[in-house]
Amino acid sequence: MVDAANPAPLLELAGIHLQFPGVKALTDAGLRLYPGEVHTLMGQNGAGKSSLIKVLTGVYTPDAGRITLAGAPIRPRSARHAQELGISTVYQEVNLCPNLSVAENVCVGRYPRRFGMIDWAAMRRQAAALLERLQVRIDVTRPLGAYPLAMQQMVAIARSLGTSARVLVLDEPTSSLDEAEVQRLFEVLRRLRAEGMAILFVTHFLDQTFAISDRITVLRNGEREGEYLCTELSRVDLVNKMVGAQAETQAPAPTASHAGPEVLRAHGLTRRGVLAPTDLAARSGEVLGLCGLLGSGRTELARLLFGADRADAGSITVQGRERKFRSPRDAIAAGIAFCSEDRKHEGAILPLSVRENVVLALQVRAGLWRAIPLRKQRALAEEYVRQLGIKTASVETPIGTLSGGNQQKVLLARWLVTEPNALILDEPTRGIDIRAKQEIMDYVTALCRKGMAILFISSELPEVLRCSQRLLVMRDRRAGGEYLQGELDEQSVLHVIAEET
Amino acid sequence: MNTLVQSARPAVPSGRELARHPLFRAGAPLLVLLLADALLLPGFLHLEIKDGHLYGALVDIANRAAPLILAAIGMTLVVATRGVDISVGAVVALAGSVAAVLVGGDAEPHVALGTAFLAALAAALACGLWNGALVSGLGLQPIVATLILMVAGRGLAQLLTDGQIVTVYYAPYAWLGGGYLAGLPVALYLAGGVAVATGLLLRHTALGLFLRVVGINPVAARLAGVPAAALLVFAYAFSGLCAGLAGLVISSNVTSADANNAGLLLELDAILAVTLGGTALTGGNFSLAGSVLGALTIQALTYTIYALGVPPEVNLVVKAMVVFIVCIAQSPELRRMLGKGAQA
Repeated sequence: MVDAANPAPLLELAGIHLQFPGVKALTDAGLRLYPGEVHTLMGQNGAGKSSLIKVLTGVYTPDAGRITLAGAPIRPRSARHAQELGISTVYQEVNLCPNLSVAENVCVGRYPRRFGMIDWAAMRRQAAALLERLQVRIDVTRPLGAYPLAMQQMVAIARSLGTSARVLVLDEPTSSLDEAEVQRLFEVLRRLRAEGMAILFVTHFLDQTFAISDRITVLRNGEREGEYLCTELSRVDLVNKMVGAQAETQAPAPTASHAGPEVLRAHGLTRRGVLAPTDLAARSGEVLGLCGLLGSGRTELARLLFGADRADAGSITVQGRERKFRSPRDAIAAGIAFCSEDRKHEGAILPLSVRENVVLALQVRAGLWRAIPLRKQRALAEEYVRQLGIKTASVETPIGTLSGGNQQKVLLARWLVTEPNALILDEPTRGIDIRAKQEIMDYVTALCRKGMAILFISSELPEVLRCSQRLLVMRDRRAGGEYLQGELDEQSVLHVIAEET
Repeated sequence: MNTLVQSARPAVPSGRELARHPLFRAGAPLLVLLLADALLLPGFLHLEIKDGHLYGALVDIANRAAPLILAAIGMTLVVATRGVDISVGAVVALAGSVAAVLVGGDAEPHVALGTAFLAALAAALACGLWNGALVSGLGLQPIVATLILMVAGRGLAQLLTDGQIVTVYYAPYAWLGGGYLAGLPVALYLAGGVAVATGLLLRHTALGLFLRVVGINPVAARLAGVPAAALLVFAYAFSGLCAGLAGLVISSNVTSADANNAGLLLELDAILAVTLGGTALTGGNFSLAGSVLGALTIQALTYTIYALGVPPEVNLVVKAMVVFIVCIAQSPELRRMLGKGAQA
C-alpha cells in the first residue's frame, strides 16, 4: 500500500500501547504519514483516535511504542514540545483568544521584537503573510472574535504554519463548519499538501473523508484495523471496518417479537442544528435499536425524548397521551428512563454509595418529603446487586471505586427500581469488559420479555442487530430507514449508514 | 445514616476507627482548646447557679456562639450545593435594623414585638430568595450573586436606621439574645433548636441526598430528575432565614441595631466554621454537626484569647495562627505526606 515514490514515511507511530486505570485505550496502534498527503484517521467514538493524537502531540506518554519523525526517534513531552519538533495541531475547539487581534493570535508566543519591545508593524506583516499563504485576506488588526468560526479556524492553521510545521494535525476541524466553509478549508489543505506538508485529518464524516483523503487509517477498539488507499475502499467497506461487522458470529438472534401496545411515540421531533424532524415508536415488549455513526442524531434524539434538551417542534406521546417535557423530571414522571452514554459525567455520583446511586431516581419519584426508609433503600440496593451480579464490597461502597461495568449496572439499577414503561439505553456497553457487556445485554433482553419498551442505542452494529426486534438507522441528523427483524442484515444497514443504496 | 452527618461513609464509631471519624476531626480542636483553657484559666470549668441562672465560662462560650452557629447551619447547606453566601453579615444587620426600627426607641413598642421579629425574618427570607433566584435562575456565580446583597443589604439597613445606632428601650426586646429560660440562655435554645430541626429535616426527607447530589454532579443530578433549581433557591433562602435569626439574637443581645457593624464579617466566620467542621467548599458531602462544632471552636478561641489577656493588637494574629494550625492539621494532603513518611 506504500507509494513507490515515497518509500519512507515522514512520521511513523508503531506499537503504541496506552493504558488508563481499568481501560486499555490503545493496543499496538500505529500510523504512517507521508509528506504531501492528506491522511484521514477514522474510527468510532472510543476507538482511540483522540488517544493516538494525544500520544503524538505529547499530551499522553505511551506505555510502549515508538514515534519516529524523518527517521529519528522522538518523544514528545508536551504539546509545546511537539510543536517545536514540527508537529502542529489544530483542535476541534479553537483555542485562541477572541479578544486579541488576529495578528496577535497568529504570532502568539513568538512576537517579533525590536530594541526589546514588540515590533507591532513586523507582527502585522508576518501575520498577513502567513494568512496570504492560505489565501486568506482579512484585517489582521481586528479582534479575532469579530470573525466567524471558520475564519478563526484558518487563523489557527496559520498560527501552526508559522512554527515551520512539517506535520499538521487537524482534530475534527469541520464539526462546527457549514458546507461552504468545509470546502474552503479543503482548498487550503490541498494547497498545503502541494507544498509537501503531511496532514493528518481526524473526522467521522464519510463524505469529507472521501473528498480529501489520499490514505485512510481505521482504528477500532484501540487497535489499528488497517491502512488503506482512499481509492481502494468503498464507503460500505469503510463503515464495515469501523464497526467491525463482518467478524464476530453471534449467539442466536432474538426471539420473535412480543410487541405489545405502543408506549412511546415521537412525531416530527426536531431541534435546530441537531435533529431533523424524526418519527419513532417504541412498543412494550420490544427492543428498538437505534444505530448510526457519531453525530447522526442518535443521542440527540434520545435526549429530546427524555426532556434533557428542549425540542423546537414535534410531539411526544406516552401511552396515548401527548406530553410536553420541560425537563427530565417530567419524563421520569411519565415513566421514561434514560441511561446516558457518559457514565462518569452524566450518570454516576462518584463519591456516593452504591445504595444512594441506586435509590436516587426512585427518591425523585417519591418526592422530597417522603424519604425512602434506610432499611428499604438497603434492601432495594442489595436486591439489584444480586440480580445484576454487581461486584461490590457492600451497598455502602462508593460507586466511584467500582469497575466501569459494575458502575453501569448500578446506573441500570437506578432506573429499573423506578419500574419505567420505557427505558432508553445510550451506549450501555461502552468501555466495559466483554463479560459485563454480555450480562447487560442478557438482562435487557429479559426486561423486554417482561413487557418493557426498550430503546437501545449502540455504535456496535452486531450488538444492536442481535438484540433489536426493530432497527432505526440514523444518518445525517435524521432517521435513514427502519427495518423489522428478519429484514435485518448487516450489509443493508451498512449501506444505509453509508448513504449508498 | 447518622442523624447529623451526611457522609458517604457509614458512621462507624468503633476503636481506632474513631480517630478517622469526620466528627472526631471536627471536635478535636475544640477539645484541645477547652483542655488548654481548663489548665491555664483557674475556674474555667466552674459552673454555678446564680439567681436560678447557670453561669460559667462554658455557658458563656456556647451562648456567644449562638449567632455564629445559626449562620453556619445556613451556610452548610449552601456550601453543600457548591455555593457560598457572603451576604450573611449584611442580612444580620438588616434583620436587626428592621426589628429595632419597628419596635422603636421608646419604652412602649410601636409595633408588637412578635410582628417586628416576623417582619425582620421576612426581610431576611426575601434576601435569601433573592440570592437563590440569582444563582438558580440567572446562573450567576454564588460569590458574585451574594456579593450584591453583601453591599446592598447593609446599605438598606443604614437607610432604615438613617445611619444611626437605634437603641431599643422596650425591655422584652432583650429576652431573645439576653434572657434565660429554665436556667439557660434563650439564644442557646434557639441555636440548638434550629440545629436539631435542620438535622431532623435532613434525616426524614430526601433533602440531604438531593443537596449532596446537586453539589457533587449537577449534570447527573438533572438527568436523574433531581429538582436542582428549587433546591438551590431553598438553600439560599434557608441561609437567609438563619442569618435573620442570628441578626435578631445579636440585636436583642445589645438592645440596639447597628447597621454599620452588626454581623460584620460574620459570613467569613461562618465559612470558617463550615470548613473546620469538615465540609469541603467544593460541595457534596457535608456535616451539620461538624459546622456546629466549628462555630463553637471559633467562639472558644475568641474567648481564650481574651481570657488569657492577649493584647488586643496581636489578637487577630493569634487567632489567625490557631486557625492556620487547625486547617493544616485537617489537611488530607498533610496526612498523606505524614503517612508516607511513617512508611518510609
